[in-house]
Amino acid sequence: MASSLHRFANPNRFMRLSGAVLPWAAVITAILFPIGLYLALFASPPDYQQGETVRIMYVHVPAAWMALFVYTTMAVASAVALIWRHPVADIAARAASPLGAGFTFIALATGALWGQPMWGTWWVWDARLTSVLILFFLYLGHMALFDAFDDPTKGARAAAILALVGAVNVPIIHYSVEWWNTLHQPASILRDGGPSIAASMLWPLFIMAFAFKAYFVTFLLVRMRSDITAAKLRALRRTQVEGAGMSAATPAAAEADRA
Amino acid sequence: MTRKKRRLYAVIAGLATLGIAAALVLNAFEDNLVFFFSPTELAARELAPGQVIRVGGLVEEDSVERLDDGLTVTFKVTDTAKTLPIRFTGVLPDLFREGQGIVAEGTLGPDGVFVARDVLAKHDETYMPPEVADALKEAGHWEGDEP
Repeated sequence: MASSLHRFANPNRFMRLSGAVLPWAAVITAILFPIGLYLALFASPPDYQQGETVRIMYVHVPAAWMALFVYTTMAVASAVALIWRHPVADIAARAASPLGAGFTFIALATGALWGQPMWGTWWVWDARLTSVLILFFLYLGHMALFDAFDDPTKGARAAAILALVGAVNVPIIHYSVEWWNTLHQPASILRDGGPSIAASMLWPLFIMAFAFKAYFVTFLLVRMRSDITAAKLRALRRTQVEGAGMSAATPAAAEADRA
Repeated sequence: MTRKKRRLYAVIAGLATLGIAAALVLNAFEDNLVFFFSPTELAARELAPGQVIRVGGLVEEDSVERLDDGLTVTFKVTDTAKTLPIRFTGVLPDLFREGQGIVAEGTLGPDGVFVARDVLAKHDETYMPPEVADALKEAGHWEGDEP
């Protein structure tokens, strides 16, 4: 495993690979979102109980899935960064957390908007809602911790440990609705006996889920690439400053610089 | 053992310890993590007078009655084993109906009637268009909450 991961550890190789994937991910995002939103908000049927309010599901559920998916991605990247010290893994974890925080915020906000008309409350402190709020704070803590040290490698290491510790929360969120009585209903898709959503509603939901995933891949790559480019720029500037210092001392070096 | 191996084992051991610790803590705080008790669980508990708790279950068929003041509603909540009478004054959520899952927050009176100060509706994990629900009901395959 370590040797196969090493192939991606090289930032130059990552830039080539991600440069090839990025346009496809962007195009898929741009195609899937309009289709998914049209199916979800206009073409899909209302629910027998919830009526038109059920349309919040098509944003809420994919966002909540992504909140967990991005955190898992971040935790795996953090583990790779801690154990094998791959620089690209640190960059991936750093790039993922604001995106995950965004998805978690969307899930919390749409959940509140959905809870008010259906449950009769914006917010309750049940196990599901509380554990997702903790997930949101974990993302914010990860973002803050990354930049809390003067030495960036120290910040990356502290953030990676936080990401791994917080990973305990991921199964708790998923199983909270089964382990404890909650106001939030149990899972509709990942359940024994198959999905309990009619096919006419399941398709728009899946298209939205893929749109969210493509969006995540697109912006994860954009953020990682800009991070690597910024690091290269910093390194280049440093060598230039050093080069300038030397060129004053030796005319030969200045000549080499001009050339 | 190489450094990488050592770090790998340290991370695995750390996560395992953390997982066990989390499981023990969550087990110990089970009572504080549940959002509501069922009528059966409620009957088995010692409650301090005036203690505010939440109870949840299905609204029993033909149990909803509106009192003369037009605001107070009485109904029974059941977990199919035990039933609890509830009195509530206020606006019920849209999804409230007989057969629907609800959660009521309030106190258990000395007369055995649960006085709710807040009623929330639960909805289940089933989503379908109204036509499908009607077709299922007609075919006699209905397992949902409405008769």
